[in-house]
Amino acid sequence: MRFLPRFFRRSQIEDEMEEELRAHVQHRADDLERSGLHRAEAERQARVEFGAHERYREECRETFAGSFIEILIQDLRYSLRVLRKSPGFALVAIATLALAIGANAVVFGLLNGLILRPVNVPHPESLYGIERSDKNDPVQSYPDYLDLRDRNRSFDSLAAYRIAEAGMDAGDVTSRLFGYEVSGNYFDALGIRPWRGRFFHASDEHGSNSAPYIVLTYSCWHARFQDERAMVGRVVQLNKHPFTVIGIAPPEFRGTLLFANPDFFVPMVNQGQVEGRNFLNERGTDWIYLALGHLKAGVTPSRAAEDLNSIASWLRRTYPKEHGNFRYSLSRPSLYGDFLGSRVKMFLIGLLALAGLILLAACANLGSLFAARAADRSRELALRLALGAKRTRVLRTLFTEAVLIAIAGGVLGLCGSAALLRALSAWQPLPRFPISIPVAPDTTVYVMALLLALLSGILFGLVPVRQVLRTDPYQIVRAGSTGRLGRRLTVRDLLLAVQIAICAVLVTSSFVAVRGLLRSLHSSFGFDPRDATIVDTDLNMAGYSGDGVPEMQKRMIEALRTIPGVESVGLVDWVPLISGAYGERNVFTDQSLDLNPSNAAATPFAFRVSPGYFAAAGTAMLAGRAFSWHDDKTAPRVAIVNRELAVRLFGSAQRALGRFCKIADGTRLQVVGIVESGKYKGVTDDSALAMFLPILQSPTPASNLVIRSSRDPRQIAGAIKNRLRDLDHGLPCYIETWSQQLDDFALFPSHVAVVSLGVLGIMGAMLSVTGIFGMSAYSVSRRLRELGIRMAVGAERSEVLTAALGRAVRLLACGSIAGLILGILASRVLANIVYQATPRDPLVLGGVILAMAVIGLVATWIPAQRALSLDPLTLLREE
Amino acid sequence: MSNQAQLLPGTLDLLILKAVSLGPLHGYGVLLRIGQISERALLIEQGALYPALFRLVRQGLLKADWGVSENNRRAKFYELTAAGRKRLREETEGWNRLATAIASALAAQPEQI
Repeated sequence: MRFLPRFFRRSQIEDEMEEELRAHVQHRADDLERSGLHRAEAERQARVEFGAHERYREECRETFAGSFIEILIQDLRYSLRVLRKSPGFALVAIATLALAIGANAVVFGLLNGLILRPVNVPHPESLYGIERSDKNDPVQSYPDYLDLRDRNRSFDSLAAYRIAEAGMDAGDVTSRLFGYEVSGNYFDALGIRPWRGRFFHASDEHGSNSAPYIVLTYSCWHARFQDERAMVGRVVQLNKHPFTVIGIAPPEFRGTLLFANPDFFVPMVNQGQVEGRNFLNERGTDWIYLALGHLKAGVTPSRAAEDLNSIASWLRRTYPKEHGNFRYSLSRPSLYGDFLGSRVKMFLIGLLALAGLILLAACANLGSLFAARAADRSRELALRLALGAKRTRVLRTLFTEAVLIAIAGGVLGLCGSAALLRALSAWQPLPRFPISIPVAPDTTVYVMALLLALLSGILFGLVPVRQVLRTDPYQIVRAGSTGRLGRRLTVRDLLLAVQIAICAVLVTSSFVAVRGLLRSLHSSFGFDPRDATIVDTDLNMAGYSGDGVPEMQKRMIEALRTIPGVESVGLVDWVPLISGAYGERNVFTDQSLDLNPSNAAATPFAFRVSPGYFAAAGTAMLAGRAFSWHDDKTAPRVAIVNRELAVRLFGSAQRALGRFCKIADGTRLQVVGIVESGKYKGVTDDSALAMFLPILQSPTPASNLVIRSSRDPRQIAGAIKNRLRDLDHGLPCYIETWSQQLDDFALFPSHVAVVSLGVLGIMGAMLSVTGIFGMSAYSVSRRLRELGIRMAVGAERSEVLTAALGRAVRLLACGSIAGLILGILASRVLANIVYQATPRDPLVLGGVILAMAVIGLVATWIPAQRALSLDPLTLLREE
Repeated sequence: MSNQAQLLPGTLDLLILKAVSLGPLHGYGVLLRIGQISERALLIEQGALYPALFRLVRQGLLKADWGVSENNRRAKFYELTAAGRKRLREETEGWNRLATAIASALAAQPEQI
């Protein structure tokens, strides 16, 4: 750090140098004066004899500055001084670059976190999952997995996992946790060592429910059990079955699926206890999420696939009933094979391209800003050149300025994006599920972003180089900068127009999305989410089975109905628009004899509901009656259909009442009621079919209680919790208002669309602003003289403005119109995500036009002020 | 002008060392002294002196101090250091060897070959 003290002494050294050079000229002048010249004349001649003052000063500086770093520091000081003089320019440039670098850093952070960083296991490069060609996700049945495991010759050890939800009771309250059901060899196959205690192994598996062991993840042990050391060896209840905690997984191991944060691992052979139904012997039920393992040394993925496909054909021959024609292939397991992996990859490549374009556009805009500045400073630069400064030195100063701005912008952008990435990592998009997006930034991201910033600094710093190299100092000092401005359309113009168009597309789309979202909050769902609270519980987790289930359901409903202020209570297996999984059933006409799926008259969503559900949900009965507790196993089978299904099956709602239809097992159902149509799976559904069956006739452990009350939802939630605890303290439940859940689940895509379009729209607007600003500033400063003359000969202010900014405004108008049209076309795509997104809305059209006008006004304000405030006299005198 | 010679690269430093070895001088004084001892045969652009002076100070061959000139002006005076004196001696010897060699080479006659 030798240069540091000298750096601080720098100004003193410079002053001394200056004084010494001055002393020389003075001494020479003294001599000349003595030879008979006037003092003034003598001094002038002394200066001429001295030669290129600026050049020698520069050389002196270099001799004692010496090192590259010191010259750099000098340039930095100079650039800082210059930038401080034009804070507006510096701010605009830094903000633009911060935005562009920030966008790129975020995208790269996503790429880094999701694609480049593998699952946290030893030797991730040889870890592959098995994919099937006949399913769109890589599922397996357990018997198939066993055959694959035992017959393949390519994997060291083939493991398998599934994710399931279970109620865990450690002696206090029952909490609903998500965990992995894994094959016994899972930890050994992956090479994971226990952090505390031990793991289970393949040798622990001795048939169904033979290995009641549970391994906790570090985060679960930390959050749920407060790092309690005595946990290992304790017994916890999982869905009322005892499991012994045998170990804790290491902190860095969070299962083999990037998005999921499991709480525990249990052996797959105990799947029956965890899920209440045993699938272990069903070859036709594909419930294993993924089979995965390390390839043996020297085995390539293609050879492994060949090996697996010979097993596939054996499976087809041996079990033709369960297997169609299919092939196996290998894929990376971290993003659940190609099912998510290819989508995430496509999405990120799209984002990367977009971010690259944003950066390119930002560089182009900054380039024109810098060109405008170089043009503004052409006299200063020419003067320095004329005084003997070297061209490389002048260029270096300009470059330093660009790099300084690049670094400032880069650091700012990086800070922003790091904060965003960290927030994204901590974010739980669906509060009920342990899903996260592990994209916390690491060194790679930081280095990449700073390199990118530096590179873009050099890129836009290059733009004014040609200008400086071509500068003829004598010409400029004598005549002022020339007002030549190309009339033809340049690439830069085109780029700007495209930017404006994209900005307009984004602004249009985000307005459309916002309007659609606002409208969908007030649309008719076929139920009324306001004043309704949902209690999500699963009786299977609390250990109920058989006749105990409906009995408990009835008791819960009765208990909740007695809460003061509660108007009605009902129960449904899956809540419309929230639960995510909905049963669909084939329905046949009463006359159908062949109950093959292809003969089905309709395939409606099927909900199992209790008496009182429609009242609690706020679903209107159009005709007939609701269910009662008398619709039980001994009574005739009945169903309620929505209007849409009634029309589909019987022609009209009126004719449906009292008629019969059949379901796949041949049971005849009498339609006893018609309810209004609604939305069940997604807010963008229109005219969906639905049928409702009474829980006493088709029982289900999945119990979502709907409670309607106009009291404060928090008080209600407290009361509900108390009542349910009185009934069964081990009943895991999750209480939330229906509106809130709608917001979290059904409207989630709309929210994401609105936010991301909004962010992109703001970026687009920023870029357009800097682009237009750069261009009009450039055009004004290049044409100062012409504008001055125009004003001097009496041009109106409007004429001056047209001359100065006409081109930029024309570009803005063309770009905006093109963008608006494209945006309206793009809204059709948007309508798939956001309900009722339509651009045929005067508010949207007006809003877009207003927004683009504001962008134009903001961008041209400073150059316009400058053009108008020209004083032709000063200007012409100066030039 | 025609009887003034361009300096060979590298010789300016030698001349400065020589000029200063005859007694402390300020920058303009160095210029005058070189003119005087070279009998005005050498052309030096005035400004070019300073980068060379700074270089020599930085190399530790000269040391500089502020003082007052004969014109009663503040000026920086240069003086040889011990290293400078040694360098002057070496450079002078080197120069003389070179000059002799060049001179004898240029004086060569056909019959000497």
